[in-house]
Amino acid sequence: MSGARSEARDRATEQLRRGNAWRLYEIALWIAAAAAIFVLPSKMLLLTEIAITALFAISLDLVLGYAGIVSLGHAAFFGLGAYAAGLFAKHVFAEPVTGLFAAAVVSGLAGFAASFLVLRGSDLTRLMTTLGIALMLAELANQLAWATGGADGLSGITIGPILGVFAFDLWGRTGYVYSLAALFILTFVARHLVNSSFGLSLRAIKANPVRAAMVAIPARNRIIVIYTVAAAYAGVAGALLTHTTSFVSPDVLAFHRSADVLLVLVIGGVGYLYGGIVGAVIFTVLRDWLSVSTPQYWMFWIGLILIAIVLIGRERIARWDSFLPASLQLGIKRLATWRPGATLRESR
Amino acid sequence: MLTILFDGIAYGMLLFILACGLTITLGLMNVINLAHGAFAMAGGYITVVLMNSYGVSFYWCLPIAFLAVGLAGLVLERLLYRHLYSKPHLDQVLFSVGLVFMSVAGAYYFMGGQQQMIQLPQELSGRWDLYGVGIGRYRLFIVLVCVLLTIVLQLLLTKTRFGSQLRAAVDDGRVARGLGINVSAVFALTFAVGSGLAGLGGAMGTEILGLDPNFPLKFMIYFLIVVTVGGTSSITGPFLAALLLGIADVAGKYYVPQIGAFVIYGVMVVVLLLRPHGLFSREGGR
Repeated sequence: MSGARSEARDRATEQLRRGNAWRLYEIALWIAAAAAIFVLPSKMLLLTEIAITALFAISLDLVLGYAGIVSLGHAAFFGLGAYAAGLFAKHVFAEPVTGLFAAAVVSGLAGFAASFLVLRGSDLTRLMTTLGIALMLAELANQLAWATGGADGLSGITIGPILGVFAFDLWGRTGYVYSLAALFILTFVARHLVNSSFGLSLRAIKANPVRAAMVAIPARNRIIVIYTVAAAYAGVAGALLTHTTSFVSPDVLAFHRSADVLLVLVIGGVGYLYGGIVGAVIFTVLRDWLSVSTPQYWMFWIGLILIAIVLIGRERIARWDSFLPASLQLGIKRLATWRPGATLRESR
Repeated sequence: MLTILFDGIAYGMLLFILACGLTITLGLMNVINLAHGAFAMAGGYITVVLMNSYGVSFYWCLPIAFLAVGLAGLVLERLLYRHLYSKPHLDQVLFSVGLVFMSVAGAYYFMGGQQQMIQLPQELSGRWDLYGVGIGRYRLFIVLVCVLLTIVLQLLLTKTRFGSQLRAAVDDGRVARGLGINVSAVFALTFAVGSGLAGLGGAMGTEILGLDPNFPLKFMIYFLIVVTVGGTSSITGPFLAALLLGIADVAGKYYVPQIGAFVIYGVMVVVLLLRPHGLFSREGGR
């Protein structure tokens, strides 16, 4: 009996380990991102924006894609982190990495407090509470003009050199490397998190809460933890924005930010972390290209894309390669998910 | 003091007119339709254009706004919303947010970004002074319309054949279909009425709430708060919730203007903490 059990445990461990191994497409993506520093020196600001949006979307993916919590106010934590980093740099200490930690702590605490609201009720209640929290914070940022500068934003922030060594340059190259490094490290952590037994239990809760409870998964605690972590992630994304632009305004808390990040995630695909990054690339480039016209009309196109995505079906977009011949599909899949140290046939 | 109470009541009633359509689509049909404000805005713009460019009387604008927006709702339901009923809530949210964004951009394109003004008829402007209580005539008009509307809706839902068909279709579409109820037509008609009511609310709210292309974003949260706080299983729940929120909002903005905008969110969060399904809903309701 115990032999069978330990064998099952071994198999589970092996499966977890394999899920955690690096895939070819991931390695290619990071190499491309790093190469962009040298290949696209004139696009540093855009690339920085992509990295920040990607981190923000990954944060939303943690709660939406893995825990199944629909949020319409994720900008709350993004904005909180942005303000925390701005005020920290202005009044406490100008070194940015310390600022990132400060922002993560502030947003994480807010996320922890908010998670108790999110635990209650149905999808609709969750939508409302998340939206309500974000709007309240936006109002707060607007009202506390003595601290936040109100609608004009918090200006006069000086950001010191990173770790006291690397000063931000005029072309945004330092900013991009800085954001990319933060994105890489946090994605790495998030990968481990979602591929661990903790991540698997989250998926179980999302798929079937009743059954998850039957196998003794403490859904409450898991959701509180993941929501807190995700809030801290969003806070870091907001802090990165503050550090790279030296400016914060109530715009970081606006509703359209929450909606945008939802769109980013949905474009890229919900529930596999890299969806956030892919979505951020597509979304930011698209917006850069479209915003040649005025912001109001850009909204029209966002709306159209959202509606199209829903009507076509999110799953069908994720299976974009389905119109290719079957053998080619299999080839792409094998190549993309190939892990170092495995034969092509073996990889899933 | 009583003047503020009256203004609060009128404001709440206006909120109810705007939100009751959402109560029907969201509460009864279980579609998270964040684009409700866009329908209301359409009603407002129809009124503005009719009154300012064609000189149509305000009283005629109200039914026209109701019918036109209702018709638009019907068309949208047949074309788009119909596919959403069975989709997850996330899809409904994405879809309706998309619709809001498109409507905001569309309003900018056609009407420009400025605030729109309408001139109320002579007999509706000004206020009476009744024993020291200032009663705005237009606000009284809103209260009257709202009371009438509530009674009609309540009767429609509880006493008519259509009402019971709708409730049957919502509770179990398959069985309702088996009983010979044309569920799809019932839903289409309900959705049309819901959006028509939004149009009516928008037409009436132009004077008090103001009208510009950001209307759907600005007031979306208010409608949703009314519905979630009120609970989604009846008309009376949102009605009372709208009154509560209207009074709280007006009183908050008057007495404590520094925190005015927080009052309504604060009320919502507290209510949802205590009763996650809304104040007046059955236990275990949606």
